[in-house]
Amino acid sequence: MSSLAVQKIPSAAGTTGAAQDRPPLRRRIALVPTVTLLIGAIYTLLPVAWVVIASTKSGRELFSTFTFLPGTGFADNIRQLSAYRDGVYWKWMGNSALYAGLGALMSTCVSAFSGYALAAYRFRGRETIFNVLLAGVLMPPIILAIPQYLLLAKADLTDSYLSVLLPQILSPYGVYLARIYATAAVPADVVEAGRMDGAGEWRIFTRVALPMMVPGLVTVFLFQFVAVWNNFLLPYIMLSDDEKFPITLGLYTLLEQGSNQPALYTLVITGAFLAVIPLIALFLVIQRFWSLDLLSGAVKS
Amino acid sequence: MPNTKRRRLVATSVAVALGATALAACGSSNDDSKAEPGPVTLTYWTWTPGMDKVVDLWNKGPGKKDQITVTVKKQASGDSLVTKILTAHKAKKAPDLVQAEYQALPTLVSNDALADIAKDVGDAKSKFADGVWQQTTLGTDAVYAVPQDIGPMMFYYRADLFKKYGLKVPTTWDEFAQVARDLKKKAPDKDLTTFSANDSGLFAGLAQQAGAKWWTTSGDEWKVGIDDAATQKVAKFWGGLVKEGAIDNQPMYTPAWNKALDTGKQIAWVSAVWAPGTLTTAAPDTKGKWAMAPLPQWSAGQNVTGSWGGSSTAVTTDSAHKAAAAKFAAWLNTDGTALEALAKDSGIYPAATNAQTSGAFATPPAYFANQPDFYTKAAEIAKTTAPSAWGPNVNVAYTTFNDAFGAAAKNKSDFVAALNTMQDATVADLKKQGFEVSQ
Repeated sequence: MSSLAVQKIPSAAGTTGAAQDRPPLRRRIALVPTVTLLIGAIYTLLPVAWVVIASTKSGRELFSTFTFLPGTGFADNIRQLSAYRDGVYWKWMGNSALYAGLGALMSTCVSAFSGYALAAYRFRGRETIFNVLLAGVLMPPIILAIPQYLLLAKADLTDSYLSVLLPQILSPYGVYLARIYATAAVPADVVEAGRMDGAGEWRIFTRVALPMMVPGLVTVFLFQFVAVWNNFLLPYIMLSDDEKFPITLGLYTLLEQGSNQPALYTLVITGAFLAVIPLIALFLVIQRFWSLDLLSGAVKS
Repeated sequence: MPNTKRRRLVATSVAVALGATALAACGSSNDDSKAEPGPVTLTYWTWTPGMDKVVDLWNKGPGKKDQITVTVKKQASGDSLVTKILTAHKAKKAPDLVQAEYQALPTLVSNDALADIAKDVGDAKSKFADGVWQQTTLGTDAVYAVPQDIGPMMFYYRADLFKKYGLKVPTTWDEFAQVARDLKKKAPDKDLTTFSANDSGLFAGLAQQAGAKWWTTSGDEWKVGIDDAATQKVAKFWGGLVKEGAIDNQPMYTPAWNKALDTGKQIAWVSAVWAPGTLTTAAPDTKGKWAMAPLPQWSAGQNVTGSWGGSSTAVTTDSAHKAAAAKFAAWLNTDGTALEALAKDSGIYPAATNAQTSGAFATPPAYFANQPDFYTKAAEIAKTTAPSAWGPNVNVAYTTFNDAFGAAAKNKSDFVAALNTMQDATVADLKKQGFEVSQ
């Protein structure tokens, strides 16, 4: 990411002054943007580094040794975390994976369908629907958690896996993104050409439009995955059985054990560290789909 | 307990969300329920670690006989749990049994979330000190919960360093102030203790010891006495010590605080009976060097303490089996086997008087191995707990405390002004909630 930015920013900013006299030096690194980005990188990475290092410290070392001095308790911390209440931590990890994985997948499907429909078809009320969705983007999900709880309570679905999955399926932001992306990436001509060749609407969607939308949908999936993985309030309100907790809630119960119990800091820190690994792995794996833009040249403009 | 800020953040966001939907459906249904014979299953929200093991004893013993099975659903403690219970209650889906801190009971009762279990708990009252039991009745004939654990306050100090600097363990607050000054003279880089504004429970307990009554009722009206004479005395005392620099003004439960305790930069801590657990993680290197004494008193010869922490077991109005739930709550907190298991598996300090001297408390906590009579002393101190008076918006008072006293401690400014802020915010909120407030 940073290498891309380093190359791009000088070319955008360097159109005035000295750059006009001579051809710009390709390899020159602009100092100010680089330093700014470096500060930004340190600012965001420092807390991560803290978690990584703190998770290697034993309870005794945690508050007494120098902050960025690695400790000796990493294996021990993981062992204790795995042993805590018969490995309930890994159960939480599995739950988080289920909520985030399945939830994001379903949400991406819904976003793809509706985004494509809003982009490719003209029908009465299309703009109204889209505007309502836009309003939904502005609505913070935190406001919706309790009405959703009351609704699901009527359907007797609270404290179940479904109660966390269902509210996450429709993501206004996902639909919005999918529509914008489909408008830009799926040319009307291509859809028209498909129709001329006798393909049905379903076939056009799955064989022609969907592949073109993949990079956009990957973004929707990632956003939604991260949102669900980090979500706290919705599962907090919905779930009471800690066997169904996602990792955010589980770690919270480790911290808040009541006034007569010491908080399990080392377990929480190690747990938080392990919980970011899947997110990092997901980003690294999925990143390559972003450059997948093979079909953009299908039509001459 | 540790890190009230984080807890408050969660509580606030939950509360904001709840507030935003105050107009949401509020269906009224009235299913009056009688305990019918036949197998009954109850759910129990609790944060106490190891509670599942204690409940197993019930499910295999008395519960099996009565066909009452209890399922534990472990929760995170704190104000956010109160909000969660109230939200569930809105949907008529609160669990049968909940664990609730004493100061949360008025909030839950004023929202009609807790059932009156007076006729189902038998002679439970006789097992508890009056001051403890009174917290679960809110001064009425009803009983809204059975006390589980308590947190009588005590004075903890580094015995070795007190000896080294020739300090006497203070028995009055005047002596306490003098000890703080003496220490500053002998070792300017050390502090006796700190005034921390990040846990309101501590200040509430100190005020309680001084005789403060923050919330009282007369007729249908609430009276808020947060700025009463007793609390003002406490605020002035600590504010004065902070201002003259006799004690530190940094918050508790931070890494810096842990370090200060562990390295002997701070040599005393006003805390409660659960302190050994906190010290074990905060100051592991000073194990065996600490000792416990009763809290200093406002006048010589007095013998009163406050309480900091503690919780109870309550039955909700949503429960379809209130009598069965009350029976379990009474067993859990008065039965010898249950209390023994609670002490061993959950590490709680029981509210039931006779359990405080039972087998589980024959030996001192490991951290205080040097003080064999730790729990005998603790039980005596527990008896002297002053009655407390909680109201329906303790959370608001506590939040204001954190902000106002946090700023006052940091700037070493007037604590009484901070106290007035706390009083005004609490009264204003009560009125906003629609309670009658007398001036």
